[in-house]
Amino acid sequence: MLGLGKKDFTLFLAVAAITLLAPFILNPFPTGSGLAQFNAGYPDLMQRFVIYGIFAIGFNILFGLTGYLSFGHAAFLGLGSYSAVWMFKLLSMNVIPALILSVIVAGLFALVIGYISLRRSGIYFSILTLAFAQMAYALAYSVLTPLTNGETGLQLTLDDPRVLDGGGRPTSLPVTELFGMEMRDTASLGLGAWDFTFGVGFYFCAVVMLISFYLAIRIFRSPFGMMLRAVKSNQQRMNYTGLNTRPYTLAAFVISGMYAGLAGGLLACMDPLAGAERMQWTASGEVVLMTILGGAGTLIGPILGAGMIKYFENIFSKINDAVLHQWFAALPDGLEDFLVTIIHPFIGKGWHLTLGLMFMAVVIFLPGGLVEGGQRVGRLFRRRDRKAGGAEAQAAEQRRTPAE
Amino acid sequence: MDAIILQILNGLDKGSAYALIALGLTLIFGTLGVVNFAHGALFMIGAFCAVTLNALLGMSHQVEDPTRTDFLGNPLQVDVPYVQDIFGEALGASIIDWAVPLSILLAIPVMLLIGLVMERGLIRHFYKRPHADQILVTFGLAIVLQEIIKAIYGANPIPTPAPDAFRGSVDFGQWLGFQAGSIIYPVWRLVYFFFSALIIAGVFAFLQFTTFGMVVRAGMADRETVGLLGIDIDRRFTLMFGIAAAVAGLAGVMYTPILSPNYHMGMDFLVLSFVVVVVGGMGSLPGAVLAGFLLGILQSFASMNAVKSLLPGIDQIIIYLVAIAILLLRPRGLMGRKGVMEE
Amino acid sequence: MGILEVKGVNKRFGGLQALGDVNLSVAEHTVHAIIGPNGAGKSTLLNVLVGKLIPDSGSVMFDGKSVLGRKPHEINQMGISRVFQTPEIFADLTVLENVMIPCFARRDGAFRMHAFESVAREGDILGQAETMLADVNMLDKAHAHAGSLSRGDKRRLEMAMCLVQEPKLLLLDEPTAGMARADTNNTIDLLKEIKDKRPITMCIIEHDMHVVFSLAERITVLAQGTPLIEDTPDNIKGHPKVREAYLGEAQV
Repeated sequence: MLGLGKKDFTLFLAVAAITLLAPFILNPFPTGSGLAQFNAGYPDLMQRFVIYGIFAIGFNILFGLTGYLSFGHAAFLGLGSYSAVWMFKLLSMNVIPALILSVIVAGLFALVIGYISLRRSGIYFSILTLAFAQMAYALAYSVLTPLTNGETGLQLTLDDPRVLDGGGRPTSLPVTELFGMEMRDTASLGLGAWDFTFGVGFYFCAVVMLISFYLAIRIFRSPFGMMLRAVKSNQQRMNYTGLNTRPYTLAAFVISGMYAGLAGGLLACMDPLAGAERMQWTASGEVVLMTILGGAGTLIGPILGAGMIKYFENIFSKINDAVLHQWFAALPDGLEDFLVTIIHPFIGKGWHLTLGLMFMAVVIFLPGGLVEGGQRVGRLFRRRDRKAGGAEAQAAEQRRTPAE
Repeated sequence: MDAIILQILNGLDKGSAYALIALGLTLIFGTLGVVNFAHGALFMIGAFCAVTLNALLGMSHQVEDPTRTDFLGNPLQVDVPYVQDIFGEALGASIIDWAVPLSILLAIPVMLLIGLVMERGLIRHFYKRPHADQILVTFGLAIVLQEIIKAIYGANPIPTPAPDAFRGSVDFGQWLGFQAGSIIYPVWRLVYFFFSALIIAGVFAFLQFTTFGMVVRAGMADRETVGLLGIDIDRRFTLMFGIAAAVAGLAGVMYTPILSPNYHMGMDFLVLSFVVVVVGGMGSLPGAVLAGFLLGILQSFASMNAVKSLLPGIDQIIIYLVAIAILLLRPRGLMGRKGVMEE
Repeated sequence: MGILEVKGVNKRFGGLQALGDVNLSVAEHTVHAIIGPNGAGKSTLLNVLVGKLIPDSGSVMFDGKSVLGRKPHEINQMGISRVFQTPEIFADLTVLENVMIPCFARRDGAFRMHAFESVAREGDILGQAETMLADVNMLDKAHAHAGSLSRGDKRRLEMAMCLVQEPKLLLLDEPTAGMARADTNNTIDLLKEIKDKRPITMCIIEHDMHVVFSLAERITVLAQGTPLIEDTPDNIKGHPKVREAYLGEAQV
């Protein structure tokens, strides 16, 4: 189906169903109940899930397949955002031209940066990409202020020409739209105690994400994808098999840069604002983290990782001491205070601490990420069911043993 | 001429910090083969050792001063640091004044301990893992360390002054026979430079003249052979990690009067220090030191107004440009050995 | 004219003359061995042939075209495949994928952006790869992880990866180095089988005389970077110059 194998098609359908039904699935707790704070089914957050999902899917094409660890992909995210906002300022509030420019600009920069960085491999490649991204950040932050509006960030103004929208001087800032559908529009549905919100913006991002995911599956299953895995496995053998590794890695780099540009463009479509901090190396680190957490080199991993991190970021940052006290109210006072004190550093503003610990735990104990974790658990159950794990489990086991 | 000297001097303090961090990074990479993204965090923790000691020494209690009254005529409550209770007023005050240099005494054991724990507890398990995994786990550790510091000390920079005797500036211009006031240089930066030079000299002397250092150097050159000789290099390498951590920590302690410590200063310095290591040549200690000073000075030149008006923003990106050029034209860096990490 | 013609090749490393005026001609459809003591320049010569080293002077013509200055992947595309001392395979891929990759390289050249075609639909390539695996008796392991194979099977797989390209010249760099006697014999049998099944030119660089004399039709002896002698195995066996080079017995 759609040029996918049966398994891949099922996976795609599952992801599509979960994504499109996310406003329901992510809102399991009735509005107003104590657990409602764990709901994630509002458009603003769900948009971030899918946008960062796109970012991570693209990053995985580079890192997961070729093994080249880029520490500078946030640069492309930022470029995408700047390009999109410029398109909103100059041309029209329609998101399509904005996204097209985001992808093109990010792709062109990826071509140049990739061409240079890929002349080195291993840690040198990581440092080169890091240097490029930091340079882009420094340029955007101060030097290129006319283009980026420096510290404040690039924003819409009332004087923007917006050639296609007829210009004029609107009385309020226009909003991003897709042929008349405003991105910020939402519809609500109340079902008993539950309230569900459906955002135009979220569904637009979701569709873009599904297309991106579909393309990624095609790439993974293509001869090109196989070549990329071969690059990761043994470059020497690639060369002596008559294959030029450079254009393969460069193509992967550019594709992943374009995915990042697309994600950056979408961020701007949802909120037409672009700031330099989006390019900082911590942002590059975040996408690495998402990919690793989910499982580098797997299809579904990056989406899982992006969703997890963005979800926990949201939830953990929202929990504060008051909430904790509420939770532990049933416990004796001393114990309650003790628990709150212990947990306090990990929540609210301390979310990054939790993130860092989670990250270390994954790298140390679960290098294959959540996907591998799931497989391990699955194998455990299967082994219990049938004593001999069978050929499949054995094959999976072999896949896990690192290459010599 | 005086402008050039001024810029060179201005580059020295940053250059010293780069050199010290890069030295540690290189030691760790050379001995353990690990790329340590948490090294900047060690620099930062060093700086917070100074903050901590400063705060500890400043701890005080209120005493009624009968000789003075507030505007209502009540006796005035004044803060008296405990240190002054113990050591007397004058000595106590100078101890507080000298908090930053004194922090060295605190930082050395603390950093050694942190370094050893890090190596034994974490890094050790990553020797055989790919470089990407090492980068990732130390990156995670860096986040954790900086967030812990943030949780304890807050997100704002904490000013930590130098001793009174070293505040203010010297007029270098006059010494060198230029016009008075042409080269004004803060005293503490000079102290920092000499301190760094001392540490660098100390590390090199240690590697050069002790048996321990000899084994480490041999191990850096050819780990396997040294291992075959039946020498337990792993234990020595662990200690080297501690020393590298201490070097970074001391660099941080003494840097506090120049830059008020904040939780993300480690990351800021780390990225640049990596560039320094690459420019100097991965695995080359003299290269790391040389490149540290060179890049510090280069950055200082790039921030001259004359240069900036010619190439706006060059001060922000010069170091990265140099790194990119070096990696492409001479991948082994200024003083790196051929073949180390080249593809 | 042989398919591979090396003329007057010199290569110095600093003060060391690694190759001095090397001339070599490998005739089509023969097995030609290059032997010599350690440091004779065998590896240097091989690296020149595959484009890893550029000689200071001389020419290397393959099939009428110069290989000098070309990158390894270009030289492979000219029709030279190489087997390494320790098998170089794609350890993270399956055995079948390992063999498919050279098939793609042969059909599509050094690079092709076939990103939206599906591997599963490449019937021809799959067929070629499976036939090749059947040829080397590895079809049952097609879906195993290449990294999990035994050393002998890895060697077999690497040969299959080279042969499926139908190279005009197969270079073998000490294919039995470090192998136990039994494995060595298996490798010899495999190579003999390959030779019998298809017309192929092989150039073997080897240390082990047993291997050389079981396979080679022509032998070149290299000593101190210069070819001493080139002849048939029988004539080489008792040749005093060879014994001198190997054992330093000048007065035998």
